[in-house]
Amino acid sequence: MFRFALAALAALMIGPGVAFAQNGPLHIEIDEGVIEPLPYAMPVFLDEGGGGKLAADISKVVNADLEGTGLFRRIAENAYLQKFSAFNTPVSYADWQAINAQALVVGGVSSQGGKVVVKFRLYDVYSGQELGQGQQLAASADSWRRLAHKVADVIYSRITGESGYFDSRVVFVAESGPKNARQKRLAVMDYDGVNVNYLTDSSTIVLAPRFSPKGDRVLFTTFETGFPRIKIINVSNAAGNILPEVPGTMSFSPRFSPDGGSIVFSLEQNGNTDLYKSGASGGSPVRLTNSPAIETAPSFSPDGSRIVFESDRSGGQQIYIMSAGGGEPTRISFGDGRYGTPVWSPRGDLIAFTKQSGGRFFIGVMRTDGSEERLLTASYLDEGPTWAPNGRVLMFTREAPGAGGGAQLFSVDVSGRNLKKVGNPGGASDPSWGPLRP
Amino acid sequence: MNFAIKAALGLAVLGLAACNNPNKYGDGVVDPGGAYGNGTYGAGAGGVSQGNINDPNSPAYFNGKVGDMVHFLVDQSTLSGQATQILAGQAQWLNSHPQYSAIIEGHADEQGTREYNLALGARRASAVQEYLISQGVAGNRLRTVSYGKERPLETCAAESCFAQNRRAVTVISLGAGS
Repeated sequence: MFRFALAALAALMIGPGVAFAQNGPLHIEIDEGVIEPLPYAMPVFLDEGGGGKLAADISKVVNADLEGTGLFRRIAENAYLQKFSAFNTPVSYADWQAINAQALVVGGVSSQGGKVVVKFRLYDVYSGQELGQGQQLAASADSWRRLAHKVADVIYSRITGESGYFDSRVVFVAESGPKNARQKRLAVMDYDGVNVNYLTDSSTIVLAPRFSPKGDRVLFTTFETGFPRIKIINVSNAAGNILPEVPGTMSFSPRFSPDGGSIVFSLEQNGNTDLYKSGASGGSPVRLTNSPAIETAPSFSPDGSRIVFESDRSGGQQIYIMSAGGGEPTRISFGDGRYGTPVWSPRGDLIAFTKQSGGRFFIGVMRTDGSEERLLTASYLDEGPTWAPNGRVLMFTREAPGAGGGAQLFSVDVSGRNLKKVGNPGGASDPSWGPLRP
Repeated sequence: MNFAIKAALGLAVLGLAACNNPNKYGDGVVDPGGAYGNGTYGAGAGGVSQGNINDPNSPAYFNGKVGDMVHFLVDQSTLSGQATQILAGQAQWLNSHPQYSAIIEGHADEQGTREYNLALGARRASAVQEYLISQGVAGNRLRTVSYGKERPLETCAAESCFAQNRRAVTVISLGAGS
């Protein structure tokens, strides 16, 4: 720490004009849209005793996280001039500058008292100093992937200045079987599609789950009574209950408030669907909208003061914002086609949505006043975006056409770059991205 | 002109398909949902003996001859003339067979977002329910449920299939209602 503070001070005194004349400090500005990924070097983490295969496995996941963002490119190990025999071997910056590495990560893995221990340092190759302090993390052996995600989160965060999103989970609907007899199960997975864990069996239809803000509970719609109803369960043991019924109605589309204490959802009566709010256990719902149109797919602003939702009161689905207590909404979408499934960015600045136009589906974003609409994806059926905890990436469902067409999860940067399928969790839809884990 | 002809043709095809629909359920399967596993359809939708399609008192007759299904235009829940004709027949049958009640299932095609389609299916089921009530069927014999786009009949990525999937199905079961 002391050493780092001194170095930072020195850099300040010399000033960027001198110290970083050619290259500047190590930093990626995500907003500027990175076309050329930042080249970095990371020797496979050293086995510092008992690390075994995990040293290589953890390194692989760190690299997959970083390179998977499209912001980083790892320089292949066979190009490295300096070999590290120990974690504390002094860095020969010239050797890394010679192969054009901008950043260098050195790490070690060991086993101590039944725990896996990872330590690592991040170096800014061109300014010839460590970026931040070295860190050490420990976890049980079966959580080794989380250790890797945490290392990658720290590296991502130090270089971009943004919080990371790798050590996070996604709740989704696992799908199997043909389109006309689809089996659906609620499941959670790591953000990269690994460690799929089922929360329900396929005996009934489940739809559109949402993680609680802390990631400990899930709200979703289930047909287990024969009719669509809202259920809340714990992620840890899948135990939970169906929220109290309002007679003669269908309830669906539930969402948590940012503090997790209340929910907003759709209630249908005699064919008319409106938005209601209640405590998280579902008691005494308060009506928020009162129109003969369909009001559904609500999403709270991060400060909890407003709700964005879709309504077809204008004749087709469009996006509206109202106060969290209800009242007259303001329409914000005005482009061609239909706009649905709005979700408020965790940064508060953008609304992501599904757009339908000309027989195609698009995932897009707009500012909260409806300006600067940008479409990020297009396909036969793209639907239901969810935000990464740092508001930089969106995950959504892409369904392929025809009898054999299945649903898969895809992700895309808010810039529209780096569109890709998410891991291999099998058929999957309706993702809801949970928070960064503690 | 060209467009009008096409549209008329489209309607004709649609109508034909609806009439000719060989009653997917007329072959001994009363509950279209039965194939999808237990529990899905809940309240009394299954387990009705089908009977003979030529017996006017049989569920098979209701499904196959009266017609248990009506179709809708894209993003609409308005009943067409053809739909009201089928529903008038349903009402007549239900009025003369008070031992049966019905669950009306609303469905949407896949060209819509999931939760909106759930609400749209509810609108369609409700339109059918209201019509049947207007024809004298007691409201407590009719329940509605929406499946949104979760249970398509046809799977091709074309209007010919979407049109079949935008439907409301009247599923009858024994019981005089609640």
